[in-house]
Amino acid sequence: MLDMALWISLALFAASVLLTLFRAVIGPSLPDRILALDTMYINSIGLIILFGIWLNSKIYFEAALLIAMLGFISTVAVCKYLLRGDIIE
Amino acid sequence: MIGFYTFMEGVIAFFLIAGGVFAFIGALGMTRLKDFYMRLHGPTKTSTLGVGCVLIASACYFSLVGGGFSVQELLITIFLFITAPVSAHLLAKSALHQKLPHDQRTQGHPEELDEEEENPEPSERAEITPPP
Amino acid sequence: MIRPRRWLPMPMLSILLLVVWLLLQQSLGLGHWLLGGALALLIPLVVAPFYEHPPLLKRPLLLVRYIIRVLGDIIVANLQVSWIILHPRKHMNPAFIEYPLQLKENFSITVLASTITLTPGTVSAHLRMDGKSLLIHALDVDDIDKEIRDIHERYERPLMEIFEC
Repeated sequence: MLDMALWISLALFAASVLLTLFRAVIGPSLPDRILALDTMYINSIGLIILFGIWLNSKIYFEAALLIAMLGFISTVAVCKYLLRGDIIE
Repeated sequence: MIGFYTFMEGVIAFFLIAGGVFAFIGALGMTRLKDFYMRLHGPTKTSTLGVGCVLIASACYFSLVGGGFSVQELLITIFLFITAPVSAHLLAKSALHQKLPHDQRTQGHPEELDEEEENPEPSERAEITPPP
Repeated sequence: MIRPRRWLPMPMLSILLLVVWLLLQQSLGLGHWLLGGALALLIPLVVAPFYEHPPLLKRPLLLVRYIIRVLGDIIVANLQVSWIILHPRKHMNPAFIEYPLQLKENFSITVLASTITLTPGTVSAHLRMDGKSLLIHALDVDDIDKEIRDIHERYERPLMEIFEC
C-alpha cells in the first residue's frame, strides 16, 4: 500500500513541477515567473522528501532544509530587486 | 483487528496522497487562473499545505521505521509556513509596483494601480549627493 | 512589562534557538545542550540591535488558542481554494479590499498579514506606508464589508489581546 501511495504522490509532484515549468516559460510577466520558480522549489522539497522515503534514508532531509532556506532567500532577493532596482540599500 | 503497523501505513499513505493532490491543485491553479493576483492564491496556500502533508508523512514514516521520534521534518514545515506568506506578500507588492493588469470582474481599485503617478514615493537615494 | 536585561535581550528567541538546535541534532546529549545553550546566549546578543521593539507576549495561552484556530482555518482555506481552482467557471468575484488596521506594533501587523495570507481566499498585498491600512486581494468574495468584519473579529481582536491590549 505504501509503495502505491509513494508512486502516486511522486507522479503528482512531478506533474506539478512540469506545470510550474510551463508557467515559468509562458509567464507573461516577471512576477509570474518568480511565482512559478517559488512554487517549483516548494514542490522540489516535496520530491526530495519523497525520494528519501523511497530510499529509506534520512540524508535527504538536510538537502530539503537547504533548498527551503535558499529558495526563500532568492525569492525575496529577486522581489526586492524588482521593487527597488537594488538588493541591498 | 487491524495491527498498529497497518494502521500507521494507512495514515502515511493518506498523507502522501493528500500532499500530492494539494501540490498538484496548487500548480494547476497557477496554470489555469486568469490574472496574476488570482494565481498567487494557489501556490501560497495549497502547495505549502501539500508539502506540509508530505513532511508529516515522512516524520511518521521515519518514526515508525527508525524507532524513536523523528521531528526534524517539523522544522521544515514550520519554516515553510512562516516564509510562504512573506514571499507571497513580496510578490504581490512587486506585481502592484509593475502595475500588472487585473481581471475585469475585480471589485475595488487600489490606488497603486492608477496610471498617472499622483504621489510617487520619495526616493531617498536620489537626494543623496554622490561623493565628489 | 519585564525590562529587557543586557545579557539576555530576548528570552523567547533564546529558547527558540535552543529548541531548534536540539531538534536539528536529534539528540539530547550534554554536548548538544552546552553548544546549543552557548549559541542561544550569543546569537540574540548579536542580532538584538536589529530589533526596534522586541515583541512582548502578554498572554501566551491565548496565543496557543490562536495558533490552533489558524491551523484549522488553513485546512478549510485549502479545501475552499482547491474547490475554486477545480471549478473556475463558476462566477468568481475577486476583489481588492482596503483593510483598516487597528494594530500598532510592527510585529503584530506582520503576524496579522501572514495569517490573512494563509487563511481562506485572501492574500495581503500591500501595507501602506503610514501603517494604517492593509491592501488585501480576495479570490472570491461577495460582501466586502462582511469580509472586513470577519477578519477583525476572528484574527485582529485576538492579536490585540495577545500582544498589545
